[in-house]
This record gives sequence, C-alpha cells and structure tokens, in this order.
Amino acid sequence: MASISVEGLAKSFGRVPALLPTSFEVAPGEVFGLIGPDGAGKTTLMRLLVSLLLPDAGSARVDGLDVVKDFRELRRRVGYMPGRFSLYQDLSVRENLDFFATIFGASVAENRGLVDDLYLQLEPFEKRRAGALSGGMKQKLALCCALIHRPRVLFLDEPTTGIDAVSRRELWEMLGRLRAAGITLLVSTPYMDEASRCDRVALIEGGRILAIERPGDLAARYRYPLLAVEGGPRIALLEALRSLPQARSVYPFGSTIHFTDQRLGADPAALAAELVGALEGRGLEGLGAQPIEAGIEDVFMALAVDTRQAGEAHHG
Amino acid sequence: MAETVIEARELTRTFGAFTAVDRISFAVAEGEIFGFLGANGAGKTTAIRMLIGLLRPSSGQGIVAGFDVARDPEAVKRQIGYMSQKFSLYADLTVAENIRLYGGIYGLSNAELKAKSADLIERLDLGHARDERVARLPLGWRQKLAFAVALLHEPRIVFLDEPTGGVDPITRRQFWDSIYQAAASGVTLFVTTHYMDEAEYCDRISIMVDGRIAALGEPAALKREQGADSIDEIFVRLARPALAGS
Amino acid sequence: MRTFFGFVRKEFFHLGRDRRTLVVLFGIPLMQMLLFGFALRNEVKDTPVAVVDLSGDPLTRRLASALEASESFRLAATVRNLDEGKKLLAESKAKVLVVFAEDFSEHFGRDGRAEVEILTDGSDPNSARTRVAYANGVVQQELAAVARESGKGAGAPHIEAATRMRFNPSLESTYLFVPGVMALVLTLVSALMTSVTITREKELGTMEVLLVSPLRPFQIIVGKVVPYLGLSFLNVLIILGLSRFAFGVPIVGNVFLLIAESVLYIVCALSLGVLVSTRAETQQAATTGSLSGLMFPTMLLSGFIFPLESMPRVLYWLSHIVPARWFLVIVRGIMLKGVGIAELWPQTLILAAMTTFFLLASVRNFHIRLE
Repeated sequence: MASISVEGLAKSFGRVPALLPTSFEVAPGEVFGLIGPDGAGKTTLMRLLVSLLLPDAGSARVDGLDVVKDFRELRRRVGYMPGRFSLYQDLSVRENLDFFATIFGASVAENRGLVDDLYLQLEPFEKRRAGALSGGMKQKLALCCALIHRPRVLFLDEPTTGIDAVSRRELWEMLGRLRAAGITLLVSTPYMDEASRCDRVALIEGGRILAIERPGDLAARYRYPLLAVEGGPRIALLEALRSLPQARSVYPFGSTIHFTDQRLGADPAALAAELVGALEGRGLEGLGAQPIEAGIEDVFMALAVDTRQAGEAHHG
Repeated sequence: MAETVIEARELTRTFGAFTAVDRISFAVAEGEIFGFLGANGAGKTTAIRMLIGLLRPSSGQGIVAGFDVARDPEAVKRQIGYMSQKFSLYADLTVAENIRLYGGIYGLSNAELKAKSADLIERLDLGHARDERVARLPLGWRQKLAFAVALLHEPRIVFLDEPTGGVDPITRRQFWDSIYQAAASGVTLFVTTHYMDEAEYCDRISIMVDGRIAALGEPAALKREQGADSIDEIFVRLARPALAGS
Repeated sequence: MRTFFGFVRKEFFHLGRDRRTLVVLFGIPLMQMLLFGFALRNEVKDTPVAVVDLSGDPLTRRLASALEASESFRLAATVRNLDEGKKLLAESKAKVLVVFAEDFSEHFGRDGRAEVEILTDGSDPNSARTRVAYANGVVQQELAAVARESGKGAGAPHIEAATRMRFNPSLESTYLFVPGVMALVLTLVSALMTSVTITREKELGTMEVLLVSPLRPFQIIVGKVVPYLGLSFLNVLIILGLSRFAFGVPIVGNVFLLIAESVLYIVCALSLGVLVSTRAETQQAATTGSLSGLMFPTMLLSGFIFPLESMPRVLYWLSHIVPARWFLVIVRGIMLKGVGIAELWPQTLILAAMTTFFLLASVRNFHIRLE
C-alpha cells in the first residue's frame, strides 16, 4: 500500500488557484521531493496532506488515512515541520524537546534511538535558548521535535531554506538515515540541486506538477540537443547566441551558457562545432562549446516553458 | 585593468573579545560581479556593514568608490545601491510610487525623476502596471523593478543580498541577464548569497570562514585548484571544520 | 492529563522568560493602584470634617473619634445643630459634614438600623465623591466593629447611610476607584495577554505544529488560558489587599462573593481574549483589537470614568454590551454597599450569560485547521 496517495487534489484561495488537480503516490520508505520556486504550491500541498487545509476537490490518504475524515488519527501518525523555524525561541533546547514529546504523549528517553545523531549534536546546547542557536542548529532541533513521537510519515516544508550549505548537507545526511529507518519523507525545496538527494522528485510550478521522475531519469526528459558554451564578453555572447536561427533557448548557467538547438535528433558534437564556427568573427574571445547532459534546471525550464505555452494556447 | 572600486585592506572588526572580521583584504574592479560567500556567523554581514558605512572598522581600511568608509561614510552611501530579495520595495505602494519614493530618497530633482521613471517603466515594459500595487506583480517583475530602482541614482556599486533565492529558474536567468547588462555598463555588483549555484554566476568569489577569507578567485579556477565539481563542494570543505569546532 | 500539564508548564516558562510580559502582568496593576490610590488619597488626606451630633451619646462620640483617628480626616468641629454645620460647610471650614440623627444609638441598638447623613461640597464632583465614600467607609467600619463587639449578627449591620451632596445633590455616592481598576486590570491581563500569546504562536508557526498534533482545540485554548486565570486571580488578591491595607478602603460586603464574581469576570475576559485571537493573525493585530475592542470600552463605557447616566443615549445603550459595566455594579455593590447575591443576581446572570456566549463563540471560531 502506498504511504501517501493523492488523487485529483486541488485547492484555491478565493479565485486564486494554489494547487491544480494533482495526483501521485509515494511508496513507504521513499524520499519524495517537491521541487519548485516560491509560490509554486508546495506549502499548500503539504498543508493539505497534514490536514491543515481542506481540499476543494479530490482526496488524499496518508498512511492509509483520509486527510479529511481521519484527521485526528492522522495527526498522531505524521510529523510535520513547517517552513519556518517553528520552535519556541524563549525555551531551551531541552524544554522544546520535552514539550513536543509531551503533546504527542511520548517522552524523549523512549525515542532517543531515532534522533540519537541529532540529539548528540544538540546535547552540548541543551540549556541554551532555541532563539540563540544558529540557523542550522535551529533546524536540527525542529527536526528532532518533529521526530520525537516516531511518525511514520514525515513532512518537511523547505527544511533547507535560509541555512548555509554545510548545515544543508548535514540535514540531508540525517534525512538519509531516517529513510533507512523506514520513515516516508515528503520534502519540499526551492533548491534544484537537492533533487539528487531524493528517490523521486515532483517538479512543481504555478500549482501544477510538471513531472515526476527519479533524479537519474530527469535528463532523459530533455529531448533537444543541449550545449554548454563558453566565451566572452558574456553579454555579447548571450546576444550572439540568441540571434542564431537554430536557438531554441539560451540561458546563462554559472560561468557557461546553456544553448538548446531546436533540431531534434541532430548529432550534438556536430552542432557544437557548427555553433563555434557560426560565432567566429563576431569579436568573441575564448569560444568553446560542448554537448552536455541536461541538469534538473534545464529540464525544469523546458517543461515550464512547454506548460506555459500549452496553457496560453489553451486559453487563446 | 579596470579601476578598483572596492578595496579592503586588513579590514577588522571586533565586538569585545570576539573578532567578527579578521584582517580581510581584497579588491573588486569596476564592472565586476563579485560573490561574497560565507556560512552563517562567518562574519559576512559585519564585513558588508563596514563596506557600506554602517559600522566603523576596528582597524584596517575600506575604500569604496574612492571614499574611506570610516572617514566618509555618507559619501560612500551616495555611491552605492542596495537590493535584497526580501524587502526592497514597499508592497503596498504602486510601481510609480516606489520609483518616486526612492528617487526622492536619493535627492533626484523632479525633472530627473520624471524622465528616469518614464524611461525605467518603458525599459521594463511595465507601462500597463504603472499604478498597480507592487504586491500584485509577479515575482519576476517585482525583482526586476527592485533592481532597476536600486540603479535609479546611478550608483557605482550595487550590493545584492540573495537576489534570486527561491525564484523559478527562468525568472532567475532573466534576472542574471539584467545583472550582466548592468555590469557591462560599468556598475560593480557585490553579491552575497547562501545559494552556491548563484555564486557560479559571479566573475570572482570569496568564501569567508571564521572571520577570514579562506578562498578567493574565479569560480572555475577555484574548482580546478581544489579539484571540486561545484562551489558547494568547496564551500562545505572549507566551512565544515570551522562549524564542527563551534 | 500529562499532555495538558506539559502545555501549562510551557506557558509558565514563556511568562517567566519575558520580562515585558511580567511588567504588564504585575507592574501595571500595581502602578494603576498606586496612581489612583495616592492621587485620590491626597485629596482626602486630613480633610476637615464637621460632625453634627444630634444624638450626643457614647456611640456617636465613638464614631466621631473614629473619624478623627483616620488618616483621611481631621475633626474640625462638633456641633449640635444642622444649620451650624451647614454654615461650616459653606465657609469651607469643613469639607464634609457627618450628621448623626436624633436617638442614633437607640435606633441602632433596637433594630440595627441607624441614620447617618453625609453632606459635602459637591462643586468638585470627583473629590467630593471620594470624600463621601471615605467618610462613609469609616463610619460603616466602626459600626460593624460595634456590632461585632456587642455580639449582634456576625456580618455587617444594615446601616443606611444617606449621603447627599450639598450644591450638587445628584452625584452617586458610591464612587471609588478600586472596582474600576479591577475591571481594567482584569481585562488587560486576561483578554489582552491571552490574545497576544495565542497569536504569537500563529506568527511563530508553532500553531501549525500544535494543530498537527493529537492536541484538541479546547486543550490548546484551556492550556493557554489557565495560567492567565491563575495570574488574574492573583491580581484580584493583590488589588483587594492593596486597597484594604494600603489605602484603607473597606470591603463592606462578603469577600468570598466578591472573589467568586471576579473569577466569573476573569473567565469572561479570557474568552474575549481567545475570541480576539481567532480573528487576529499577528500579535500587532491582537493588541490593536484588544485595546480598541475591549480596553477602551472597559475604560469609557463601563461607568468607571464617566457616569453612565450622563452619557449620550446611544453610548448608554451601547454600554449594556460591555461586560465591565455589569462587573462594576457588582463590585461596587459588594465592596461599598455590602449588598449580596440577593440584590446582584440580575447583573451576575447577565455576566454569566455573556461569558457563556463568548466562550462558545471562541471555541467555535478556533479552527482545527488553518482556515
């Protein structure tokens, strides 16, 4: 049986649709990522699944329980960490843990096993007030609090937002251990590069799921030949690339520029050579182009453009 | 070599016995996009506050746009612009009102303001949204507007604080386009961010660890030197031992 | 139950950690009491009082010396006829005139009823009210002591003190600041503080976590409210203690009834606080809502500062929905007139009905979800 199953779930606030009808399933023990920018509908979907919001349409079951009808039992079985550091800043680390344990009728001692790693890191700061912890430590404490009653499904809304790269990495390592302990994880994030940490990801934008894939299979969703182009000055190179008739999309990507050729099925190596040839004599320096495999951002952008165009065509 | 517009020489700031910024030195050239990275608590914020004239250095020197940050902080403030993704515009004011407000703050004359705001609205293609409240604009437009407003008084340097965090990838790239354009016209961009992939867009980056600059250079060169695939990897390698000790 | 106590304990942690909250909780009641207390006490300190003793027996002499002995008064003269007394009043040689009717002790001894008339210069109504109330208090207290000594009835004797203001006869005599301060402080502590503490959890995001836990809404509400119930109760004791021992304001009626009625009012104010918090999303909104919706009416429409009778018609009708209005009648009745539940049941019933209504409305409005 699926740990989370969602069928046609939809929600609007007034006339603004926050989540368009959505369906998917998450297997027990899976780490499922919801990846998309702010305002994509991630938080709405999470809140629907933890029974904080009522759906307008569709239904969802978490651990076999209906999120509307069985919400009381559901709230016993799931853990939820909202998108902010939802801790009592004026209580100490220990007091926060004890409090969250008590409201779930659990105790810190009996659940040490699950949160041992986290707890060991927090222990030196036991008496410190949560408000005085660093962002990374706050998030670890919040996670600890969300786990204290051994939930079967854990919902984490943007756990890595606002904390630095090191804490982010540590948090993901911890999530990996929870997965090993058999807990199903639904994690949302705006960071595309965190997709690789998940078993499967849903790319979400504008209240719509663009794709659900294993991270390794995402590249295959990119159909057009993709080239990484380097050279400078950057702004001149961007303009030159955009002026080419074969350009499907041209986006800066860190120190290179990702150029998508609209000729489906053409040999990428040949296209790269052709591209460099076409750019010569335009006063650009250090030109180079090579075929690359699409990353998650490439896929996300391509799918978003397709979806937006389809939407416009539909409305037009 | 272009002119140096930001220079830190042994810049230091202590709070009591705690040294938040410890003798950092670096130079940023005109038109450069400089990424300033560091873990929470590494001293990033303190360093920036000194560079924009909000905090006096304990020792060392900071020269921004030709002015000493300790002696002439007001002159420094006139030469810089600031944009943060979170709070650059007043959401309950309209597009035109925001432009007017910032123009007024930086002492633009009425005629200048009129010409500039007309130009800006046209350039951003916001004519139809002139009298729309900023809160009702899509995030991407809001961001472009915030950046344009930060450039309104023609500063030589713009400080950007996590400019594209949480934004969808397409909007993000459109935003980098406008950053590149500003840089090409000679504006220096000083970017601070938690997002390591944002750092890869910069010409050069520095990584602060425990109040010191632990790495400085072009992203590609740093990756080569450290044998790393990403800036993220370098960052974690440098910052993790420091955090583990705290 | 363990869950519930854990919750309450957490609330006390919050209280203990936040100095500003503590100041609001205990500093403001103290300050209010001291401010009103000293401001008014100075007005009545060493007030010259003239006694018109038409009876001239040991009991009236004892009452006169009781007035003399109190800090508030100075015995300016004892005269044997009313006109002489009124002359003293008109010449401002005395500010208060206490008139003991003929055969005072005889009446008092026979049926526990005796007639005292208190007259004052009413041209400055506020201090006039206070002076009358103080003089009344001194006389009543002394008579109660006499009754106790003679073993007549355990409680307060029934004494009708007819008080009249010379030159401004329509003013109420029962004015005293303590009931008003009590209503104000209880509204502040109970309603404002609860609404702020609940909305704080919304702002922090911890409310989301509490909702997604096995806690029931009423557990959350009660857990939030119980600490403030206790603190408000403590405040009642502090205010009554201060007024009795620092300012010598007597409690003529039954103290336990007074405390019970106060608890009723506290619960009423607490449920109003919860109701405000179900509407407000931020602490700022909760504060504004509590201040404008609860504090100002308590101050202005309860009869605390402005007498109800002289209000414009619309405001007078509006005052009927202000719980503090009824509470003030109750407290004044018990503290100053010594009346019991037999007289106060209508007001008590109204207050109880309001409390039930607000309680139900707040539980109903406290959602189990975010919408």
